[in-house]
Amino acid sequence: MAIEAPQRPVPPPPGGFLGYRGRERPTGGFELWSWLFMRISGLVLLLLAVGHVLIMHVWDDGVERVNFGFVAARWQSPFWRTWDWALLVLALIHGINGLRIIVQDYVRWPGARFAVDMAFFVIGFGLFVLGTVVVFTFDASQWPGTT
Amino acid sequence: MAKRKSDVGTLYKGSPGQWSWLLHRITGVAVILFLFAHVVDTAVVGWGPKAYNRVVAVYHNWFVQLLELGLVAAVLYHAINGVKIMLFDFWPASARHMKPIALASTLIFVLAMIPITIIIGGSILESAGVT
Repeated sequence: MAIEAPQRPVPPPPGGFLGYRGRERPTGGFELWSWLFMRISGLVLLLLAVGHVLIMHVWDDGVERVNFGFVAARWQSPFWRTWDWALLVLALIHGINGLRIIVQDYVRWPGARFAVDMAFFVIGFGLFVLGTVVVFTFDASQWPGTT
Repeated sequence: MAKRKSDVGTLYKGSPGQWSWLLHRITGVAVILFLFAHVVDTAVVGWGPKAYNRVVAVYHNWFVQLLELGLVAAVLYHAINGVKIMLFDFWPASARHMKPIALASTLIFVLAMIPITIIIGGSILESAGVT
């Protein structure tokens, strides 16, 4: 009777480091939804944020042309108001959820972690309210002759 | 998802992706911090042309435009690297080709930044009164 010789270690999956199993991901609950949200919103932001940056900063003189009249003309279109509002909301949630994940890595004490997270949530919510009010209530006709 | 003590506060040095992981974090934080300021400066448009034009004049300063170029680079890097992450996540077999894909995404970023740097760079030189 022989104690079986230890098997040779299982070779890494083909293709090296990650093989076919893919990267580590949360297995369920809130963190899985957060994981999924980051990817879906990331895909939408690929259009909204990259488009915004190219239109506002690169195309046609970039920010040099941006002033009150430019915004007033742009926001005459519901399309751009919707774009800007969707960008505001998705970028805030995506960004603040990203900060939450980074905070998990660098803030150890639970009380401090909670405080830092809450500070970001409160800032994010305040900016969401401010941005939403401005995008939907802006009315250039209050300042005639500016567009 | 760091939960254990040993996971906290360490610099992740685990894989070929460590540098893009770090850059993804840095660019992400830079963009969200800028967004905090940007929502406020845009909101000033609700206070009329005098107030808003004074605020956006800041963006016409050459040094701020230099930061703007950095912002555009950060958004683009985060976006392109994000696509790479999603590729590995939703199509794990692609991770077999991690190195060439990482190289390709870096290349796309660098190639995109060439015309952008020329365009914004020209604007910076103009604002600085060089040209």
